[in-house]
Amino acid sequence: MAKMSYREAGRLAVAEAMRADPTVWCLGEDLGRGGVFGQYAGLEDEFGSDRICSTPISEAAIMGAAVGAAMAGTRPIVEMRFADFALCAVDELVNQAAKARYMFGGQSKVPLTVREPMGMWRSSAAQHSQSLEAWYAHIPGLVVVAPSTPQDNYGLLAASIALDDPVVYMEHKNLWDLEGEVTDDPSVQLGKARVARAGGDCTLVAWSGQVHVALESAETLAKEGVELEVIDLRTLWPWDEAAVAASVAKTGRLIVAHEAVGVGGFGGEVIATIAEKHFDLLRRPPMRLAAPRIPISYAPDLEDQARVTAGQIVAAVKGLE
Amino acid sequence: MTTSNLDVARLRDRRRLMLRIRAFEEAAIRAADEKLVLGAIHPSVGQEAVAAGVCAPLRRDDLLLSTHRGHGQTLAKGAESIPMMRELFGRDGGNCGGKGGSMHIADFSVGMLGANGVVGANINIAAGAAHAVKLRGGDQIVVCIFGDGATNRGPFLEGLNWAAAFHLPVLFVCEDNGYASTTKTGDVAGGDIVARAEALGVPAENVDGNDVIAVEEVSQRLAEAVRAGAGPRFLLAKTYRLLGHTSVDKAPYRPAGEADAKWADDPILRATELLQSAGLSEADLKADADAATAEMNAAFEDAKAAPWPPVAAAYDDVQDLGAELAPAGV
Repeated sequence: MAKMSYREAGRLAVAEAMRADPTVWCLGEDLGRGGVFGQYAGLEDEFGSDRICSTPISEAAIMGAAVGAAMAGTRPIVEMRFADFALCAVDELVNQAAKARYMFGGQSKVPLTVREPMGMWRSSAAQHSQSLEAWYAHIPGLVVVAPSTPQDNYGLLAASIALDDPVVYMEHKNLWDLEGEVTDDPSVQLGKARVARAGGDCTLVAWSGQVHVALESAETLAKEGVELEVIDLRTLWPWDEAAVAASVAKTGRLIVAHEAVGVGGFGGEVIATIAEKHFDLLRRPPMRLAAPRIPISYAPDLEDQARVTAGQIVAAVKGLE
Repeated sequence: MTTSNLDVARLRDRRRLMLRIRAFEEAAIRAADEKLVLGAIHPSVGQEAVAAGVCAPLRRDDLLLSTHRGHGQTLAKGAESIPMMRELFGRDGGNCGGKGGSMHIADFSVGMLGANGVVGANINIAAGAAHAVKLRGGDQIVVCIFGDGATNRGPFLEGLNWAAAFHLPVLFVCEDNGYASTTKTGDVAGGDIVARAEALGVPAENVDGNDVIAVEEVSQRLAEAVRAGAGPRFLLAKTYRLLGHTSVDKAPYRPAGEADAKWADDPILRATELLQSAGLSEADLKADADAATAEMNAAFEDAKAAPWPPVAAAYDDVQDLGAELAPAGV
């Protein structure tokens, strides 16, 4: 197709879905003027203010209304503005959206895509920076997606909108301007990981913004003759256990790096699964690299304490040699 | 209401429905006492006129969002007693295959989109269902019934504001039974419920919630306005919960004599007295009551004899992608 930004790739996926299906609509704050990050720019002009619905600052109503609208024959795309704000709508997502199909015995599905921009971005501090993907992976009924490239943001957002179940779709705020080639790549599928960089010495599993940090560390390591294989998980639930196991079978080493707090983070799930089911593949103890259990600060030097840096990844990989 | 302008056939029909609701819940309470209904059930005994009156003007394709105290509303929307009772018993053939129970009963085939275990959560869902109706076109309406306790939760503000802002076809009904769980609502609420609704831009009215014909007439008028595109409406139906919060709650927190006095205002008793004064025979009145009891006793026996759901159903309908697989052999 074309080279475009991560932001534009998401916008295109939404626009195409809305052109193809009149029951697809978007609801969230400030969408008519393009959304807080411009990811809905121009869509109101094409689809009108009924389908690009600018809402009050009522997260519980945005999410709850989307649940009702999904059960009544439409396919809503919810914009939560910042993932942190979705915490004002936890009942609506966790108790209602994720449970309705099951507790009503399959009488209804809830085709709902919830966009939750996540991650650290420019001194946004403790209430606008969090990475809470592991919470959602814990909830039966939810699909959890965290794309890292324009290609994946296009393909996975389109797939999420087409899915009949609720999807927590977490774009990274620091990636909006990232440019990349976007095509109709059939390998972009929910639940399928991507080998972001092939290598035979150590497997590094990441997702979202952390993938790019991992690729930076891989460049450094390559200059020293160490080949890192970077697996971009892309979807946290369901996650691609087979792809991770295949990589570890090759490297014998596993590190999971993520921007979220390490305690209770999804890295623990990946490592526990590999250790339980594929222990024989591991030639070194697996390792997590994740944020310390601190809220995210405003001051840049303090904010950086919550980051897993390329340097830390390089040091960790060398430690496993 | 006077007997001179009474529509006897209609009142008899509403009384039959209220009797069915009462008999259903009496059977359910008996089943709970016998450990056949295992989870909590929240009887609406004394509140039957709200369900019967509000649902009377609704079409089958209109949508209803109900509460944890929603057996009556579900029956009034047209659900059948046998699958409902099976659901309360957690048996195969229940509306939700035994996976929801009393608090999550739903029958999408009659537009009943679910009871809800979270107080007030149905308000935003109802607003969204009405939003979908508006987007898709057509003249369905959505009715959302909740208790007085729900008016102290955030969704009351967010959902009513939403419905007003987007001019949605939804009728909100607050079934005010005086108690939020085991606390008198007046002790924990500031201001007036009708005034709250009006402050959010939703025209609101009061009705005697124990007068089934009065509830029906005001609901008919409000539903017609909503269907005609007038935007949301709000109805406060004042009633009384004659039993406790759950079937095992003896409600010792109520002032002595309060509930006893309220039994004199039982909506079924009121309907019976009106019909008596209109000349309906005792034999007819008794026949209607007996039919309701017989139906629900049959539902009780059916549910008691029904099989449990297949264990594999625990793994069904989680989600299309990435659900846990059933363990081998299940």
